[in-house]
Amino acid sequence: MGDIVPLAARYRDEGADELVFYDITASPDGRTVSRDWVSRVTEVLDIPFCVAGGIRSVEDAEEILAAGAEKVSINTPALEDPDLIDRMARRFGRQCVVIGIDSQGSDGEYRVASHTGDPERARYGRRPTKEWVREVQDRGAGEIVMNCMNHDGVRTGYDVSHLAEIRDICSVPLIASGGAGAMEHFSQVFQAARVDGALAATVFHSGAIPIGDLKDYLANCGVEIRP
Amino acid sequence: MAVAIIDSGGANIASLRCALTRLGCEAELTRDAAGIRAASHVLLPGVGAAADAMRRLRDAGLDRVIPDLRQPVLGICLGMQLLFDRSEEGPAGCLGIIDDRISEMRPGRDRPIPHMGWNRVKVVRDSPLFAAIEDETHFYFVHSFAAAACDSTLATSCYGEVFSAAVSRGNFFGTQFHPERSGPAGGRLLQNFLELGS
Repeated sequence: MGDIVPLAARYRDEGADELVFYDITASPDGRTVSRDWVSRVTEVLDIPFCVAGGIRSVEDAEEILAAGAEKVSINTPALEDPDLIDRMARRFGRQCVVIGIDSQGSDGEYRVASHTGDPERARYGRRPTKEWVREVQDRGAGEIVMNCMNHDGVRTGYDVSHLAEIRDICSVPLIASGGAGAMEHFSQVFQAARVDGALAATVFHSGAIPIGDLKDYLANCGVEIRP
Repeated sequence: MAVAIIDSGGANIASLRCALTRLGCEAELTRDAAGIRAASHVLLPGVGAAADAMRRLRDAGLDRVIPDLRQPVLGICLGMQLLFDRSEEGPAGCLGIIDDRISEMRPGRDRPIPHMGWNRVKVVRDSPLFAAIEDETHFYFVHSFAAAACDSTLATSCYGEVFSAAVSRGNFFGTQFHPERSGPAGGRLLQNFLELGS
C-alpha cells in the first residue's frame, strides 16, 4: 500500500476516467480497508474513484465515502447479506453502491462465486449469475462490475458474449472486468457488449497499454470517450 | 475573506474540499448563517435526495439566507438543482432562485439511470465560469434528475435528451456535473468561480 498515492497520481495524469482500489485480501481476512489511505488518495485525485474490499456494513461504507471515495463496491458481503444493498442504497443513494460480481461459466451456465480473494475459502457456483444481476438491481445497486473469471488474468479479451447477455438484463451502468490484453479487446467489449466502462489492471500497471494511446485508439474506433 | 462550503450533509464534501485545497483555497464547512453571509464565495454541494437536503437547509434557516446572498454562489449537482423552484424528486420545493423545475430523467436502451459518467458539455452562453475551458470538454456527471434547457442555461449536455449542464442567474451559478471530479477542466472551472468578483 506504500506507493498507492503516486500510483493514483500516475493514472490520473495518464487520463484514467475512474480508479477502483481493490483490497482483495480485506474481505477474507475479516478486515476493513483502513480509511487513512482513502483520504490521501482524495487529496491527489480529481477523478472519481471506488473502493472495494471488506466493506460489510453501512458504517464501513460511510467511513470510506466520507473520506472522499465516490463509490463503494461490495461483492462477497452482498451475497452473505443481500439486504446490505438495500440499506446502503437507502442511506447513500444508489449511485454510490457498486456490486462486484465474480461470474464463472461451465457447461454454458454462468454462476456467481464468492470469497475469491482467498483460493482456500473461495466458493463457486453459488447462484445463477443472471438471477443475481436482477436481484442486486431490484435491491438498489447503482452499478455492476462484472468480473468474468474464465477470462480473468489470461489477457485474451473480455467475455463479450457473457457480458452482452448481462447487458440485456442490466439497466444500471455495467462495467466489464477480466481479460483485457490488447487494445482491440476494449473496442470489442464496448461495441459488441455495449458496456458502459471497461476495467483493467495488469495491462495498465505494467504499461503494456498506455491509457492515452488506448483512448486515441477507441476514439478512432468510434467509441465515445473522454480524450 | 473565507470561502464557505454549506454543509448540506452530502458525501462529496471531502473531494470538494480537497479540490479547493489544490487551488490554494482552504474552505470552511459550515451551516452558520453569519459565516455564510460573510464569505467571499459560497459553494452548495449535495448528494442524495432533494427533499432531505431542503429539510436540512430549512432546519438551519438557510432556505431564507441563501436566496439573499450577494456574493458568487456555486451549486454543485444536487446543489445546482436546489437553486430551482421545485424538484420532481420528493417532490420538493427548492430555493426558488431559478424559476424553473427539475425533472426525473427517463432511462432508455443503453442509457441507464442514474446517469454516471463523462459527457461533453457545450457552452451556450458566454460566462467567466467557463473561461479558458475548451468547448465540448468532458465533465463527470452522477444524477437521476435534471433541468431542461431554460433561460438560465449556461451549458448543455446530452444523455438521451438535452439538459442543463450549467446554469447561472445573477450571482448564482450551478453545475449539474462535479467539477471536483472532472480532472483539470473541473479544476479550472472551480478556479474561475473563485476568481469571480475579484
